[in-house]
Amino acid sequence: MKQPKIQIRDLTLFYGEKMALNSISMEIPEKEVTAFIGPSGCGKSTFLRTLNRMNDLIPNVRITGEVLVDSLNIYDKQIDVVNLRKKVGMVFQKSNPFTKSIYENVAYGPKINGIHDRKKLEVIVETSLQKAFIWEEVKDRLHDSAMGLSGGQQQRMCIARALAVNPEIILMDEPASALDPISTAKIEELIFELKKNYTIVIVTHNMQQAARVSDLTAFFYLGELVEYGKTRKIFTTPDKKQTEDYITGRFG
Amino acid sequence: MSKKNRITGALFVGTTAFSAFLIIAVIIILLVVIIIGGKDTFSWEFLTSFPQDGMMKGGIFPAIYGTALLVVIMSVAAVPFGTITAIYLTEYASETSILAQTIRFAVRTLATVPSIIFGLFGLGFFIKFVGGGMDDVFLGGQLKWGQPNILWASLTMSLLTLPVVIVSVEEAIRTVPREMREASLALGATKWETIRRIVIPGSRSGIMTGTILAVSRGAGEVAPILFTGAAYYLATLPTSLSDQFMNLGYHIYIMATQSANVDQTLPIQFATTLVLLMLTFMLNLTAVIIRSRLRRKAK
Amino acid sequence: MDNPIENTGFVFSKESLRKKFRWSEFFSEKIITGVAFLSITIIVLIFFFVFRETLPIFHQKKETKKIESVQKQEQYNGEETSVAKNSAGQEQYGVITKDTLMMENQVPGEDTIVRGSDEATVKSLLGKEWLPVSDRPRYGLVPLLVGTLKITLLAILFAAPIAILAALFSAAFAPHWMREIIKPAIELLAGFPSVVIGFFALMVMASFFQNIFGYDTRLNAFVGGVAMALAAIPIIYTITEDALTAVPRSYTEASLALGASRWQTALFVTLPAATPGIFAAILLGIGRVFGETMIALMATGNAAMISVNPFESVRTLAATIGAEMAEVVFGDTHYSVLFLIGSLLFIFTFCLNALAEFYVKGRLVKRFQGK
Ligand SMILES: Nc1ncnc2c1ncn2[C@@H]1O[C@H](COP(=O)(O)OP(=O)(O)OP(=O)(O)O)[C@@H](O)[C@H]1O
Ligand SMILES: [Mg+2]
Repeated sequence: MKQPKIQIRDLTLFYGEKMALNSISMEIPEKEVTAFIGPSGCGKSTFLRTLNRMNDLIPNVRITGEVLVDSLNIYDKQIDVVNLRKKVGMVFQKSNPFTKSIYENVAYGPKINGIHDRKKLEVIVETSLQKAFIWEEVKDRLHDSAMGLSGGQQQRMCIARALAVNPEIILMDEPASALDPISTAKIEELIFELKKNYTIVIVTHNMQQAARVSDLTAFFYLGELVEYGKTRKIFTTPDKKQTEDYITGRFG
Repeated sequence: MSKKNRITGALFVGTTAFSAFLIIAVIIILLVVIIIGGKDTFSWEFLTSFPQDGMMKGGIFPAIYGTALLVVIMSVAAVPFGTITAIYLTEYASETSILAQTIRFAVRTLATVPSIIFGLFGLGFFIKFVGGGMDDVFLGGQLKWGQPNILWASLTMSLLTLPVVIVSVEEAIRTVPREMREASLALGATKWETIRRIVIPGSRSGIMTGTILAVSRGAGEVAPILFTGAAYYLATLPTSLSDQFMNLGYHIYIMATQSANVDQTLPIQFATTLVLLMLTFMLNLTAVIIRSRLRRKAK
Repeated sequence: MDNPIENTGFVFSKESLRKKFRWSEFFSEKIITGVAFLSITIIVLIFFFVFRETLPIFHQKKETKKIESVQKQEQYNGEETSVAKNSAGQEQYGVITKDTLMMENQVPGEDTIVRGSDEATVKSLLGKEWLPVSDRPRYGLVPLLVGTLKITLLAILFAAPIAILAALFSAAFAPHWMREIIKPAIELLAGFPSVVIGFFALMVMASFFQNIFGYDTRLNAFVGGVAMALAAIPIIYTITEDALTAVPRSYTEASLALGASRWQTALFVTLPAATPGIFAAILLGIGRVFGETMIALMATGNAAMISVNPFESVRTLAATIGAEMAEVVFGDTHYSVLFLIGSLLFIFTFCLNALAEFYVKGRLVKRFQGK
């Protein structure tokens, strides 16, 4: 077992009075794909967003417990959230390109980091797009608006945009849920490729997808972590009845 | 349903329709009357020449020029402040905070304060307090800034148009999707970087629309400048911020109520009114064109 | 895979994750918050500076008590030094002349009148005469107040029913395409400068109505009221329309399900449900008319008289400021009284706005959510 990249200890989250996550503890290993599954509303997205503190943006959120990234507690007062998010990138369920050109979209992160050298930016943009398997499709239209891309292309461009900041961890919230099977296959292939260099956490509703792409799977139910382990084990011989019911589709 | 009931219904719906059409009819009549009354006098010559013979003849160039200058200075003051206030309200203030609610209330109050009150404020604050103070401090009491001029009139007008800018920029900022802000923040951008690079560019068309609406409002208001800088007649164009200026709306008012022979100058009055109406119309047209061009560019 | 992105210059470490102070963040937030305060500041400043200019009126009162004899003397002197610029023009404010167009005899450039202070000012405020430029000035606000109320009443009587019915038409009955014309057209009317409406009333409507009703004074409260209605209609229409469309569908659907027809639903369900909004619309319409200056200046005749006849001239508070402020001497009693009128206008519209805001909006929310 590799050394854990992320350790979560006793994490509890409230939206106002409503508890959305209840005392969650788990370890996420480096350079592997961890999948979060569970019925809608069980807190997968909420949990994912605690890993790069995107929940800070929502008013009335209360969080207790610890999240350690490379053994640093990211909820420590001394942590710089802005730099944390450069380390822990995120890809959203709905592709969300900026209303700018493809080039500007991908170059956004590096520019924010103070890179203004054209040559350097061009290299970064090209490498990122190549890593996201979309370079061939867009190399002739880099300066066209990103809004003109198809849904699947947009999502891969968003992945490229996240890669351009050179994160170590990539969080993906149902990245393929709005896509057709071919685009989904491309994204899955991409995830498989990316895990060589990145630690990936992915939320999915698609059981087959979880089984195909992930090394580890965590099953959530009503804000609690029910079961967590090797994907193969979870999908073949789960310990808990709830997990089995959900995976086999016997769930309400 | 009974027949009587149906007749009452038809009558009622008819009355509401009549009210709506009555308003539309009055608008059309107003437009038509002013176009007919002004079209013969209206010419390039009229727009570009000075008044002559004690304003009995000639054009209205100085009034157009003064109005343009007024709205430019006004926009320079109102647009940045209005935009920043809108940014505060949407990006920084929490919806429920007392400060934000007070600001919102102040903005709405500002929008309902009668325009003549702005004139009084301009007189009491800008001219007497600020201008008079500047004269005392810098010019040893010599009268220069402590009297009506285009600067004070423009600043007075900018207070009046501030809510117009705030409201339309705020509306535009709210149309920038939350997803885009989140994308930017997730890439490690700070709040200000996100605002500067995503939110403000995303609401450019709203800022433009707000500016144009403010300009058309500022071009038409007369009460705030009655005694803060507008002049009855000037032989020369204003060249400094401390000069007085002529103004289209004020010109209409003066010509229609105070000129020596109202009947004789009636065509000039109609033509000036036509110019003011057309100006407002063209501003709105420009707004539409700019907005559509911006949208095409974004695609 | 090699990673050329690594030379982004940003290396992750304990150090780089330590909280950083960012000057640009700090200043942008401070500046933006500061600027946002501006709107509040402006309101406070308006309050302060408009009131400040009215203070001399009340100061004089105190002085009067203290040194009464001296004051009397001064007052006497003051009257003597008040030189009339035009003796014919002086009493004009109180008189209706046939050619009311020429009522304001303001020829800019002429010397303004300098007048001493006088003890009678404060007392005369409650009087029935507004004669600010006579030998013995009287600043009775009653005729101005009556004139303003009269014209506001007339304007709202014209504007409210028409605007509310029109809003009902476009919210409940009009086909989609018609609504797409009516709404923007009425918004266009909102964009008409009031000086244009005033001009139209002065040159066209006044004669038109005179031909119909045959009254003597061409410019009067009626003409002014109709013109003001044109300014108030867009406000009342827009807010009413909003309130009507905000009525939850469940309300109207329930009524329709009970077999009520569309017009019955609109009249007996939608309209009552939207009353707080309509009330707010009328309040804001009143505020608009109450403070409207240019239309009042151009279309009402500007004679300060007390009468219930709608076909007599009136002089409103706002128009009085607009007409006379350019004439007065800074710091003069007349000047202060005009600011006092401004303060009254400001307080009144401020209260109207606050009322519409807190009372009516609260009720609207309660009605739709609390039930
Ligand atoms: N901003 C919020 N304010 C209040 N409650 C929230 C908020 N966001 C989510 N919730 C609640 O928290 C719970 C968990 O939501 P979350 O979005 O994390 O679920 P999820 O597992 O991602 O669901 P899905 O599969 O549908 O995306 C839900 O009950 C949801 O209603
Ligand atoms: Mg989710």
